[in-house]
Formats: sequence, C-alpha cells, structure tokens
Amino acid sequence: MKNEDLYNYVLRLGDDSLILGQRLGEWCGHGPILEEDIAMTNISLDLIGQAMSLLDYAGVLDGQGKDHDALAFLRFENEYRNALLLEQPNGDFANTMMRQFLFDAFRKPLYEKLLESTDMQIAAIAEKSLKETRYHLKHTSEWVIRLGDGTDESHQRAQTALDLLWRYTDELFFQTEEDTTLISLGMVPSMSEIKAEWSKTVLSVLEEATLVIPTNNWQFEGGRRGMHSEHLGFLLADLQYMQRAYPNMKW
Amino acid sequence: MKTMDLQELEKRFQEKIDKEIKIEPNDWMPDEYRKTLIRQISQHAHSEIVGMLPEGNWITRAPNLRRKAVLLAKVQDEAGHGLYLYSSVETLGADREATIDDLHSGKAKYSSIFNYPAVTWADIGTIGWLVDGAAIMNQVALCRCSYGPYARGMVKICKEESFHQRQGFESLVTLCNGTPTQKAMAQDAMNRFWWPALMMFGPSDDESPNSAQSMKWKIKRFSNDELRQSFVDATVPQAEILGLTIPDPNLKWNEETGHYDFSPINWDEFWQVVNGNGPCNKERIEARTKAKEEGMWVREAAMAYAEKRALKKTA
Ligand SMILES: [Fe+2]
Ligand SMILES: [Fe+2]
Ligand SMILES: [Fe+2]
Repeated sequence: MKNEDLYNYVLRLGDDSLILGQRLGEWCGHGPILEEDIAMTNISLDLIGQAMSLLDYAGVLDGQGKDHDALAFLRFENEYRNALLLEQPNGDFANTMMRQFLFDAFRKPLYEKLLESTDMQIAAIAEKSLKETRYHLKHTSEWVIRLGDGTDESHQRAQTALDLLWRYTDELFFQTEEDTTLISLGMVPSMSEIKAEWSKTVLSVLEEATLVIPTNNWQFEGGRRGMHSEHLGFLLADLQYMQRAYPNMKW
Repeated sequence: MKTMDLQELEKRFQEKIDKEIKIEPNDWMPDEYRKTLIRQISQHAHSEIVGMLPEGNWITRAPNLRRKAVLLAKVQDEAGHGLYLYSSVETLGADREATIDDLHSGKAKYSSIFNYPAVTWADIGTIGWLVDGAAIMNQVALCRCSYGPYARGMVKICKEESFHQRQGFESLVTLCNGTPTQKAMAQDAMNRFWWPALMMFGPSDDESPNSAQSMKWKIKRFSNDELRQSFVDATVPQAEILGLTIPDPNLKWNEETGHYDFSPINWDEFWQVVNGNGPCNKERIEARTKAKEEGMWVREAAMAYAEKRALKKTA
C-alpha cells in the first residue's frame, strides 16, 4: 500500500459521508414538508458526491486500482470505518436533524482545517466540501433551534433525539497512533482542535434551542475499528444489493 | 363606470386567447377556466410528488454511486416541479394543503403510471425514458398554454424532464450493451411499462368530453390521441437503437399515414387503475398520507417558533 496511514484516515472520512448519505436518501419522497424533502435529498446528494471523491482518493492511496464503487459496495461489514452515529436509523425528523447537526458541527471545522493540509488532494476535496457543509450546518442548526424552541411536542422529540445520539458523539474525535504522524506532517489537524470548535457550536445551538445535554455521559465507540451496531448490516443489504446479486457488471 | 356584463367579459377573454395573449393571475377569467386549470395543475403537481415514490424506492439500492447521485438529483427535481406547480395552483386562488388533502381522500387524481411498481433497477431507466418521455410530449404542448404562470413553469420543467429522459435512455443503453441478464432485465421493464406509458395520454378523443373546451381555451393544444401518436412515432426508433422489442405484435409503420399503427389500448385496465385498483394505488396514497400526518408536528413547531420570534421582535 502506498500510504496506509493516510488511506485509513481518508477511508474514515469517505465512509462517514457514504453511510450518512445513504441514510438520508431513505427520506426521499417521505419528508414532513416538501421543502424539507428537497433539503434532505440535497444534503444526501452532497454527501454521496463527497464520498465519491474521498473513496476515489482512498483507492489511489491503497494503490490496488480500486475506485469509489469497489470501496463503497464490495467491502464486508467490519471493513467500514464510519462512526456509529452515522449508521443510526433515521427515526423521526427531530432525530434525523439532530444526527445531522451533531455531524455537521464536526465536519465544518474539520474541513476548515483540512483546507490547509499539506496533501493537495485532501485540501482540494475539503475546499469543495466545505461550501456544502457550511450550508448543511446552517440548515440543521436552524432546525434544531426551531424544534427545540417550537412546541412542547417538538421540544420533547428534539430532547429525546439528543439523549439518544449524544452517546455517539465522542467517537467522531477518534484518533489513532498513526494519525499523530499525519498531524506532524501537517496533513491533518489534531482532533482536540476540532472538538473545541465542535463544543462551541453545539453548546450555543443547544442553548438557543433550550435543550440540555444528557447527564448520562457514557460514550460508545467501535465504528472506527469496524465494530458496528446491528443497524449497519441492514443498511449494507440495501446499499450492496445490486453489486452482490449481479456481480461484475457495469451499470 | 358601467360594469361589463358576463357575456362581454367572456367575449373579451376569448378574444385575448385567440390573439395568443397570456392570461395572468389577476385577469378576469371564467369560473370554469379557473376550475379546469386548478384541477389540471394540481393533478400535475400530485403526479410529480407521487411519482417520487416508485423511483425513490431505488435510491438506497442504486447499483453504483454515480447512478445513486443521478437518481437523487432526478427525484429532487420532481419534488421541485411539484413545489412549483403547487404555487401555480395558488395563483388561481386554491390552497396548496387543501388540494393535497383532496389527493389523500381520493378526490383528486394523479398520473396512473405511478400506480405501477418499480421492481427492478431497469425500471428506473425505463421510467426515465418512457414516463418522462411521455410527460415531455404532454408538457411541451403546455409551454404554450394560455395561462401564463403554468406556461412559463412548463418551459423550465420541460428542460429538466428532457434531461431525465436522456439519462433514462443512457442508463438503458448501458443495460442493453451489458450482459444477457441485464438486457433481459431491460426487456422485462419494457414489457411492463410500454402500455401504461401509452395510457398516460388519457382516454381516446371520443371518450374525452372536456377536451373540446380546453382546446378552445388553449389550455390544451393537441388531443390525447395526437400526443399518443407522436409519442409512439418518436419512441419506436429509440427502442430499435436499444434493441428492445415493443410488446405489441401489431406495431408497424404505415406508409400511407406516415405514422406507426399500434394495437388498441386496454381501457378496462386504464379505468381500473384510475379508479383505485392499480397494483400500488393504496401504497402510494398511504405513503403520502403518512408523510403528511407524521409531518404535522414539524409544521406546527415551525409555526410556533416563527410566532415566538415575531413576538420577541415586537417586544
Ligand atoms: Fe417532473
Ligand atoms: Fe411532469
Ligand atoms: Fe422527470
């Protein structure tokens, strides 16, 4: 492999985009408001586009001639490196928006830092993706505030979503031994910087939304190591269906 | 100033239509003209939205990421068409949510093609090619509709529909040049969608009582049968390029008329599907009703929040 450390890093980014994009695609045609149906499809589309660029680059770093489709469709479950947060089922609209918000608040500072990466390819992908991510974060922040500070019912639903999803947020800042090498080479930022930014955004939006961080601060992890929840298998069954049922064909 | 009597208003209205002057939202128009347009445009809007379901079905299972992205973009376009058309309906004084309730109660119709299931990936290409193709035939004519907002909307929508049609065709080219399994999948989709696509143009002219008035008002420019014939004439050569067989033993070129002859349509099937007995009518309406009901609290929250904001500002 050409650059295993960077490959692993880029694969994590690509899988996050892929799995969340896949999840959001489930909403298409079923959104609570036509305008939001369009917005969620739009975010899904952006994420699938990011996944294509990131997984293509991962394929290059891997050096075995794999393209984005080979990586997206032909791995086994324990080879996916997305954070557990992103494979969680959509649930209701509050849950989907909260999941997206917690992720966008992480992705935005990450891409901002990756703009300065000494790796030109990563910097280029970050530049293109940052514009999209800024818009996503704006959109989901507004919804979290609207739902949190809307009616009793929407507040309750938003709080339930936060309670459920908070347990998966620490994993976003997962960092390996090998990442430290990449950090010292100026290729990627340190996660502690990203977490500080993330906390600032999350705290201010949650406050405006009148939502409270759950007292139970138990945190799950595993996705980054290929240890996934029961949900991922079903997601992959849909995602991989065509490639598995009709192998080696062009579509 | 003397108020004009109804006859005089109607006369002037028809003169404008005859001179190809567009009717705009604030212009006087006969009640029947307004009603016909509200019915037709809301039906069109519902078709865009219900049409998202069979295709949306395949987003999670698209065979590669490029196709997934193309399908997401397409279904998003259809939602945009729906949105645009609902606002056109509102220019006529109808309420968007009320027309949607009519859809859910079964009072309002939508294109019956979307009551057929999309069971294989080839159906996605076929829907793009045939269903968007048939829609374009109808809608190109509507770009010259006498009602301004509808006509202008159709210009933009038609551009996107023809993009969808080409993407669908391109997807089928890939299947038809692929493995025998893929080719068979494409042929199977063709077999199932050909006749429902022809039915999209509606009942034949002698069974279509409202058509004459719509033609006079230039809401409609061509009859159902004329549009259907144009569609067949345009589509047969495309099927030949793909190497797909059209499931009609009587389909053949007629030198004399300069058109393709084809078998009579099974109108019994058409009416059954229109009246609720298609394979997916129940599922489609249930899915839309569920989206609306489960979205109620979201809309309420958005309104409550907006009110709180407004209060804070005035305070
Ligand atoms: Fe459309
Ligand atoms: Fe349409
Ligand atoms: Fe279309």
